Amino acid sequence: MTFPTLNLPVIAPQVVLVAAALVILIADLLIREKRVLGWLSLLAVIAALAATLAQPGAVAFQTMALADGLGRVTGVAILIAAGLAILLAIERVGDFTRFDQPGLLKGQASPGGHLVTWSLSDAQHRRHRVTDRAGAYYALLLLATAGMQALTIASDFMTIFLGVEILSLALYVLVGFNPREARSAEAALKYFLLGAFASGFLLYGIALIYAATGATNLDQIARHLLVMSMPLPFAPLLPVGVGLLLVGFGFKVALVPFHMWTPDVYQGAPTPVTAFMSVSTKAAAFAALIRVLAALTSHDRPWLLALAALAVLTMTLGNLAALRQSSLKRMLAYSSIAHAGYLLTGLAAGNSQGTQGALYYLLAYTFMNLGAFAVVLAVQRREENDVTVEQVTGLAGRQPALAALMAIFMFSLAGIPPLAGFFGKLYVFKGAVDAGLAWLAIVGVLNSAIGAYYYLRVTVQMYMAGEGETVASKIAWPVWVTVVLAAAGTVALGLWQWPWMQQITAAVATLALR
Amino acid sequence: MNLSSIPLLSIITFLPLAGGLILLALPNAKLQKWWALGVSLATFAISCLLFVWWRNGEAGMQFLERQPWIPQFDIQYLLGVDGLSLFLVLLTTLLTALVLLFSWTGIGKRLKSYLFLMLLLETGMIGVFTALDLVLFYIFWELSLVPMYFLIGGWGDPHSGYKFLGREMPWRIYAALKFFIYTMAGSALMLVAILVLYGQGGTFDLIELQKLSLAAHLQFWLFLAFGLAFAIKAPLFPFHTWLPDAHVAAPTGGSVILAGVLLKMGTYGFVRFCLPLFPDATRQFVPWIAGLAIVGILYGALVALVQKDVKSLVAYSSVAHLGFVILGIFALNPQGLAGATLQMVNHGLSTGALFLMVGMLYNRRHTRMLADFGGLWKQVPIFGFLFIVVALSSAGLPGLNGFVGEFNILLAAFRANQLFAILGTFGIILAAWYLLHAVRQMLHGPLTQAENATIPDLNWREVLTLVPIIVLFFVIGLFPNLFFDKINPSAEAVVKALNAQRPAVSMMMERVP
Repeated sequence: MTFPTLNLPVIAPQVVLVAAALVILIADLLIREKRVLGWLSLLAVIAALAATLAQPGAVAFQTMALADGLGRVTGVAILIAAGLAILLAIERVGDFTRFDQPGLLKGQASPGGHLVTWSLSDAQHRRHRVTDRAGAYYALLLLATAGMQALTIASDFMTIFLGVEILSLALYVLVGFNPREARSAEAALKYFLLGAFASGFLLYGIALIYAATGATNLDQIARHLLVMSMPLPFAPLLPVGVGLLLVGFGFKVALVPFHMWTPDVYQGAPTPVTAFMSVSTKAAAFAALIRVLAALTSHDRPWLLALAALAVLTMTLGNLAALRQSSLKRMLAYSSIAHAGYLLTGLAAGNSQGTQGALYYLLAYTFMNLGAFAVVLAVQRREENDVTVEQVTGLAGRQPALAALMAIFMFSLAGIPPLAGFFGKLYVFKGAVDAGLAWLAIVGVLNSAIGAYYYLRVTVQMYMAGEGETVASKIAWPVWVTVVLAAAGTVALGLWQWPWMQQITAAVATLALR
Repeated sequence: MNLSSIPLLSIITFLPLAGGLILLALPNAKLQKWWALGVSLATFAISCLLFVWWRNGEAGMQFLERQPWIPQFDIQYLLGVDGLSLFLVLLTTLLTALVLLFSWTGIGKRLKSYLFLMLLLETGMIGVFTALDLVLFYIFWELSLVPMYFLIGGWGDPHSGYKFLGREMPWRIYAALKFFIYTMAGSALMLVAILVLYGQGGTFDLIELQKLSLAAHLQFWLFLAFGLAFAIKAPLFPFHTWLPDAHVAAPTGGSVILAGVLLKMGTYGFVRFCLPLFPDATRQFVPWIAGLAIVGILYGALVALVQKDVKSLVAYSSVAHLGFVILGIFALNPQGLAGATLQMVNHGLSTGALFLMVGMLYNRRHTRMLADFGGLWKQVPIFGFLFIVVALSSAGLPGLNGFVGEFNILLAAFRANQLFAILGTFGIILAAWYLLHAVRQMLHGPLTQAENATIPDLNWREVLTLVPIIVLFFVIGLFPNLFFDKINPSAEAVVKALNAQRPAVSMMMERVP
């Protein structure tokens, strides 16, 4: 007996990730050395990456999912983000997953406490009950990744909502994973409440679009809009539905004015979680948004102007707010808002160049932003969860290599060539200019000039502002590897980009054909 | 041997970067210094092959290299030089080598970073002068900001008390930030203009784009976008406000490169991009830009006259001198363009030498105030003699290089607009005034300050740094046709193309003497 329309190989990466998450949850009970779980999850991500790359383009689950170039390109970005985030945290995950049980009893909050496991057999810790929730951490990270992967291949509003919910639920818990930090719990609550609202908006938008077009499948919606042979009775609901949908997505990728949660959540969440979610959520949500827009704009494109307006607001407010931050994580949070604005510029162009640009930007952003957060983690003290700009003063003196790599990330984020961040901006602005939106490109480049200041400030502190602390903290080797890989990606994607551009061009070409 | 098979320009462009990356692995300071100097000398030697193998009388691009780079976006790796860029490449390679020789002492503990940044900067600057693909050009243009930013901010003047966006910081950091953000903001619009040009021509290839004839209103806006970037870099009055901070706060080596080469990126940009791409807009803007150039000439000179800090004096003199170059370019005749091109080199040499000598003096006395000197001639005669030669070159004494450039520019300006030439001449008088004022304050009179009585004269290394420049003063001053022979064909071609689209206006097409 066969199920011809299921086509399970299409979801092989998701199956690998979910299975690995379950295995890790069980292994967590048996294995005391939690690093093994980290390596195990890294292995799962690499396997999923291989599955994604090997995936043949195909439709699955009765057109609910579609493994195509877009899914592959964004899926690769997400898996690279997940892999680097796991590697980054392997030696530091104990900072926020390991704690003495008595300490917890002093009234500190423990969100996600039901997932707590502990071991009593360690002689060294026999007196205290030491809890290590690393297993749950890795499992949730893999589940979030699976949800994002699902989003990249979702070709039906039902699958899109499924993906959004899986990734969001996992991230709510991950954000609040640090029981020592009151900020972490606050961030989780904020993210959960606002995220729940966003899901509501998203779902309501989907419902109204369904009412207007009679379909949840993107292909069918596109066809209905294109043909318009039968007058749709509830057509006026369509703009309202799309508006609500955009609000929902806007929350997920932190577009102004739906960005309020971002600085608090990015600052409060454990740094590896921030590093992961800041890049992967964008890749996943933008993949879905590109697909949805391709369907909605097949006939009429009034939405694009709304996107352009959102892009202007997002870039400008993100950059202006980032100027004033003294916490590196908050600064990077506002910077990520600004970058969401640049990304949206590519989508607002509504042409293949802009979409190609946005897809390129996603991977570029993955490398450079994750790298920046990795440096934050490398500098950050074990008992702390943030680094101020003042704390990197004189970093070039005590950690010359780390400072140089951080400078690469900062210059790439600022859009200085020949690094990947520059080409990302070049391509999305090119899309905007080609679409006749030269004014949007002008707003974008002027924003880049404003944004340059806060990235430069980090380099000023590292290189020019004196000595700072004299003791160099020891950096675990997996952190080093993560930072070096991210920097290599940032440079290589700039200088040697044609293989990746080929993938993107092919992905966008199939989009336009549909 | 087939010359066209050697990627000569790529070697010249990337040899400094490759050398710089190897430098990072070298263990001790002495080895690093010799290595950096060796790399820069090798780059200079190879760049001299451009001069030797030059095909005289050709106007077009030579040593072309063309490779697809990012085919999906039509971005090419396209390098080439013509008579307008050849000497700027040579100037860059020479000045970098001399700066590295000058920086033998006095850099301190972060020597390796300093040397690396200098070599990275050299790659960026040569790339700007050789890139013929607009995106590639923009990449080098922005890339050259980064090392200069670190050089100013890391090794510059530590005086405190400056404020940037409400934050207190030392002068060097303030100057570095101002330099970076000012220039980046200025060139931001150029990026959009490049993309718009692509939309018109379907390519980033400058040679192809020159064949386009664009609508007048489009030319107007594109000229403004490109012109703003170049006007800030050059700098054209009133976009010069970053310059005094950057030049004075930078370490000596940085000031030399900044004045000697980086400013030329602006004037070169006008010649390479604005004139050929937007001919109608160029003609339209002539009165405005030439007028601002005149204002810059007079303003820069007058401000230089009242400076108490000799480094500031040299910095403001750059505003005036670059005004001459821009005036020559916008005379829009071959003589003016050729004169301006030579004057870019002249200014690079003489102002570079002035900054070097001010730096040498500063290393001895740790002051740059004119009032702290006086009567130095008796104490340091070699310095005194060389300083006078350099000052006279900068003032445009006949027989030396400065005269040839300025004279041609003024002649060309006179043909274009007599009033501009007359006003420009005042600039020359003022230049002689402020430079001789500096000479008198520093060298002549009694040796009043006790600290000055103990300073040593130039050592052989410092003399060696200055000798090549001074030899070139005389070579250019006495045999200008060595240079004009290579510059003229390209200059004539640019002007011819500029006028081809509106044959009604007849311009004088004479060869420069």
